[in-house]
Amino acid sequence: MTDLLEVRDLTVHFDTEAGLVEAVDGVTFNVRSGEILGVVGESGSGKSVTALALLRLIRPPGRIVQGAVRFEGTDLVGLSEDEMRAVRGTRIAMVFQSPRTALNPVLTVGRQISRLFELHQGASRAEGRTRTIGMLKLVGISEPERRARQYAHQLSGGMCQRVMIAMALATSPRLLLADEPTTGLDVSIAAQILELLRDLGRRTGASILLITHDLGVVAEVCDRVAVMHAGQIVEVGAVRAIFARPLHPYTQALVRSIPRIDRDVTMEPIPGMVPSLLAPPPGCRYADRCPRVLDVCRRDRPAPRAAAPDQEVACHAAEVEDAPARG
Amino acid sequence: MRWRRLTRNRLSFGALCVILAVTLTSLLAPWVAPYDPDNPDAEATLASVSMRHPLGTDVYGRDQLSRVIHAGRIDLLVALCATAIALTLGSALGAGAGYRGGWVDQLVMRSVDAIMAFPAFILAMAITAALGNSIANVVAAIAITHVPIYTRLIRGEMLRVRETEYAEAARTVGNRPHQIVLYHLLPNCVPPLVVQATLAMGFAILTVAALSFIGLGIHPPQSEWGQMTAEGAGYVVSGEWWLVLFPGFAIMLTVLAFNLVGDTLRDLLDPRMRGVR
Repeated sequence: MTDLLEVRDLTVHFDTEAGLVEAVDGVTFNVRSGEILGVVGESGSGKSVTALALLRLIRPPGRIVQGAVRFEGTDLVGLSEDEMRAVRGTRIAMVFQSPRTALNPVLTVGRQISRLFELHQGASRAEGRTRTIGMLKLVGISEPERRARQYAHQLSGGMCQRVMIAMALATSPRLLLADEPTTGLDVSIAAQILELLRDLGRRTGASILLITHDLGVVAEVCDRVAVMHAGQIVEVGAVRAIFARPLHPYTQALVRSIPRIDRDVTMEPIPGMVPSLLAPPPGCRYADRCPRVLDVCRRDRPAPRAAAPDQEVACHAAEVEDAPARG
Repeated sequence: MRWRRLTRNRLSFGALCVILAVTLTSLLAPWVAPYDPDNPDAEATLASVSMRHPLGTDVYGRDQLSRVIHAGRIDLLVALCATAIALTLGSALGAGAGYRGGWVDQLVMRSVDAIMAFPAFILAMAITAALGNSIANVVAAIAITHVPIYTRLIRGEMLRVRETEYAEAARTVGNRPHQIVLYHLLPNCVPPLVVQATLAMGFAILTVAALSFIGLGIHPPQSEWGQMTAEGAGYVVSGEWWLVLFPGFAIMLTVLAFNLVGDTLRDLLDPRMRGVR
C-alpha cells in the first residue's frame, strides 16, 4: 500500500496571553491509501488540532510553525489559500464531533449537502438535489426525500451524524478526517456509525483518520493506530501489534485502562494529567507520569525507533530488540 | 406557532392590526382618501369635524383626512427606505468587521463610534440642512444615523456565530469567506435583526416627522404628519384643535404600534423565552 498522506514534523503553536502553547510538537505519521488510522489520546493531547492543521484551518492565535503535509504528492503547507480551498471538501473532508451543532440550524440538511455539489462541481440546483437524495440513501437514511427537507433540530443525533457523513463523502474525498464521530451517541448508534464509516471507506477507497479517545473503537475499526500524548506521537503501529505488545509506557497504561469483562483484571487508571503545554520541559513529556522514568528521559526527547516491522515507539525505556535508532 | 403567539397577546395583536391598517391605507391612498389632498375648497376653510370632512379642513379648505392618509404614505415610505438602506449597509459593515476582525474591525467600529458621538437627531438635522430637504436627503439622513445600530448588532452576532461548529464545518468544505458569511452565518443573525428593524421603523417615522416639524424634512405642499402638526400648532389658540390633534395622533399611534410589535418580537425570539407560554 502506498502512502496517501505523509505528515513530517508537524508543529503547531498557539500564542496565548499566558505564553506559547506547543499544542502539536513534531508530529510524524502517514496514512496509507484505503486504511483507517486511529489517533488516540486523552483530551488536550492535540488530536483535533492535528486534524485541523492538515486542512490548514488553524486560526490565529494558532499557527503551523513547521512541518510538511504531503498529500497525494503535494505539500499542502506550501499551497496558496485558493489551492487549499479546492482541496478542502473535495480531496479531504471532515466529520465533526457533535453533528447537531456542526449542521447549520437555518438551512435544511438537504440544502447543505446539495450546496457542495454546486460549490465544487458546478452542478445545477436540481441536479444537486437529486444527488443529495442519493447520498442520503447511501448513508442509510430512510425516506431521504422527506429528511432532506428537514432541519438539524428535527433529526436524531445518529441521523445528524449520518447527514454529516453524507456531506463529507459527497464530493468523493480521498481522505476523511473523523473527529470523535461517535461522541454523544449512544452505544448501539455509535456502533452503527462506525460500521457505516468502515463500510463506506472500503466501498469508496477513501482513507480515514479516526480521532478518538476510545481504544475499544480503535480495536474495532482501525487498521493502524497512532497514540498521542501531550502533542506528540509516542507510538504508531498496526492495531494488532500495539494491542498485543504495547511498548510505550503510556500505551501500556492506556491498554490496561480498558475495562475488561472477559478477564479478571482490575482496571488501572493512568496517574496524573496531560502536562501543561505551556513551555514544556525538554525531554519526554510523559516523564512525570511514567513508572519507568530514567535520567535520560528528563534530558533528551526520545526519537521514534522501529520496534517491529510495523511498530514505532518514541521511548528511552522501551525494550526494542536490535532495532536501529531512527532520527 | 410563533405567529400564533404574536397574535395571542391582545396588545401586540392590536398593534399589528394598526400597522397593517396604516400600511394598507397608505398603499391605497388615492382610492381611500375621500378628496384630493391638495385641492383647496374656498367654501370650507377651517371647517370643524363633520360628516363631510371627518377630520375637518385646514386654512385652505383642504380635507384633513385625505391629507393625513397621503401623509402616511410619505412617512412610511421614507422610514421604510431609510430602514432598508441602513439595514443593508449596517449589516454589511458589521458582518465584515465581525468576521474579518483586526484592522477592518477597528476601522469600521471607530467610524461607527464617530457617527454615534453625535446625537442622532442633531446629525440628521445637519445632514438635511446641508444637503437641502428633498425626500431623498431625508432618507439619507435617517439611514446614516441608523447605520450604527445595525453595524454593532451584526458585528456582535458575527463574533458569536463565527465560532460555531457549523462555521468551522463551512470552512472545512472549502467555502470562501464571503460565502461563509452570506450563506452560512448571516441567516443565523436574522431574528435580532428583525426586532431591531421593527423598533427602528418607529424611530425613523418619528425622525421624519420631527425633521418636517422644524421645517427640515418634507416640505409643503406635500402633506406630512410632522409638518401638518407644525402648521396646526398655530391654530390651537384660536380653537381649530383638529389641525394639530389628528396628524399628531397618527404619529403617536403608528410609532407606538411599531414599538409594541418590536418588543413582542424581541420577547418571542429571545432564546430564554422559547418554550415559555
